[in-house]
Amino acid sequence: MRRYFGRKLLIYILTFFLAVTIDWLIPRFMPGNPVQTMLSRAALRAEAVEVMYGYYTRAFGLDVPIWQQYLNFWNALFHGDLGTSVYMFPQPVTKVIMRAVPYDIFLLLPAILLSWYAGNHFGAFAARTKWLDNTILPVGYILTATPYMWLGILLAWVFGIVLGVFPIAGAYSFALRPHLSWTFIRSVLHHWFLPFASLFLVMFGGWAIGMRNMIIYELEADYSHYLEALGAPRRLVRKYAFRNAILPQITGLALQLGVIAAGALVTEVVFSYPGIGYLILAAIQNQDYFLIQGCFLFIIIGVLLANFAIDIAYVIVDPRTRLGMTGEAA
Amino acid sequence: MKLMRSEILYFALRNNKLRVGLTIILFFLVLTFVGPMLTHYDPYDYVNPNGAQPPSSEYWFGTTMFGQDVFTQFIHGLKATFLVGVVGGGLGTLIGILVGFTAGYRGGIFDEILNMLTNVVLVIPTLAILLIIAAYLEVRGILTESIFIGCTAWPWAARAIRAQTFSLRSREFVDLARLSGMKPRKIIFTEIAPNMMSYLLLVFILQFGGAVLAAATLDFIGLGPTNAISLGLMMNYAVLWGALLLGMWWWFIPPGVAITAIVGALYVANVGLDEVFNPKLREM
Repeated sequence: MRRYFGRKLLIYILTFFLAVTIDWLIPRFMPGNPVQTMLSRAALRAEAVEVMYGYYTRAFGLDVPIWQQYLNFWNALFHGDLGTSVYMFPQPVTKVIMRAVPYDIFLLLPAILLSWYAGNHFGAFAARTKWLDNTILPVGYILTATPYMWLGILLAWVFGIVLGVFPIAGAYSFALRPHLSWTFIRSVLHHWFLPFASLFLVMFGGWAIGMRNMIIYELEADYSHYLEALGAPRRLVRKYAFRNAILPQITGLALQLGVIAAGALVTEVVFSYPGIGYLILAAIQNQDYFLIQGCFLFIIIGVLLANFAIDIAYVIVDPRTRLGMTGEAA
Repeated sequence: MKLMRSEILYFALRNNKLRVGLTIILFFLVLTFVGPMLTHYDPYDYVNPNGAQPPSSEYWFGTTMFGQDVFTQFIHGLKATFLVGVVGGGLGTLIGILVGFTAGYRGGIFDEILNMLTNVVLVIPTLAILLIIAAYLEVRGILTESIFIGCTAWPWAARAIRAQTFSLRSREFVDLARLSGMKPRKIIFTEIAPNMMSYLLLVFILQFGGAVLAAATLDFIGLGPTNAISLGLMMNYAVLWGALLLGMWWWFIPPGVAITAIVGALYVANVGLDEVFNPKLREM
């Protein structure tokens, strides 16, 4: 088990290191100069541009040798300093992001966990049940092939515009200020439902399909046939098959996290939900490079933490990893 | 050998999932090639002076807020979608094959390093990387986009192919080839790869679908091609210009339907192919 976690930890540290390096590299080696771009948008006079250019180059620490910039970047990172947002000047990037994170957790955690739970159970139930396999599973294929934003757009259009039962923008009513009361909580839940539903549905389709295919593999395995031959009831055979099929689905969840993060991003854009995804869009449109860098780092940290949580869950579910035999995810 | 091939064809032609999937793909493929002949506009031409208009005999899919023909944009967007799928998915599969075969067949230190690399890239949310690359690139084409997508999508393919190669490596026919002095590269391409062809095809199909969805996501945030139209960009414009609030459904429904249909058909065909190649999975 120690070896398993040791390996995982090494991968996470390497990943974090690489991600931070990429984050640092890209603005420096891309065509075009961010400071120049920023100044050209400000439409200043020629001599003012020169002064401003010098000022910003110093302010962003671009006047020291490149290796020094890299070390400074790490140093600032460990002090929680991700620079100052241009878009929401003069607030620090960390603060802007911290304000958005709770919304992401509130939206993503229930959507991921519930869709995974429901999708797996439904998929296992539908496998080799002819009528379900032929009626509801095709819906699963359609759902998992749907781009996140399109389902979001459709739901927003049908429930928000045509039927007018759900709001389609913001995290709570614009008429309210955040405070603790039933009106406010109701408003928050009301605004939360559609983005949650669109994330849930797309993911649900994927898990249901995956589980259905996995269970069919397991039901054809020797141990299942042996159990059947012994006269075990269908339910018991399926229980064993399910426990084996759930392992790849746990690994699958870890592999899907990046895609899910991207899906959440566009869903937030559709519903103007004030999480990190919405922030990234604003940052891109305003060419706020520090904010883009900061959001990227936060997504990386979030995905790494979630991966780590899944690793722990895997050890709990699969005794083989605990006993030091190499499990599947090693 | 010939007998086996005809058997596969027999099951392929009788597999409903495969038939449905291929029919849908074929339909869109034909539409992509025939479509440009059905319209005489350019995707960004302002053709309708009245602005937005629902579908009519003149404008089959209606027109956008600015009077652009949605059908024309749709047809050109389809082409972009297939291009991203083939180039992005193809590149992802190719890198996955190279890394997977090398790691799986060579083993040892090669495997350690490549596997570590694969795991690291696997954990990084690649779309976030694409996002920042795209954000800093000022001019972007569909081909550039596809190449970036392909370069970040390979890890899971590499991992799956590596595992398959591992299991094939210790078979007798591979041992025999090795004993007879065949070079590793030749063993990989003449002994191992042909036995994994069906598997590689499935990997390509999934990579194709993944690339299409990734491109749609990028385009939707406005980081898609700057010099062409795509289905994702259509949705981006529609949402940006308030098609939702104004109820211009004809603007955002077609691109989504096409992406969902193409990717969904690929997934269904994928499962169908799996059943054709693997008799255990066939319905009883």
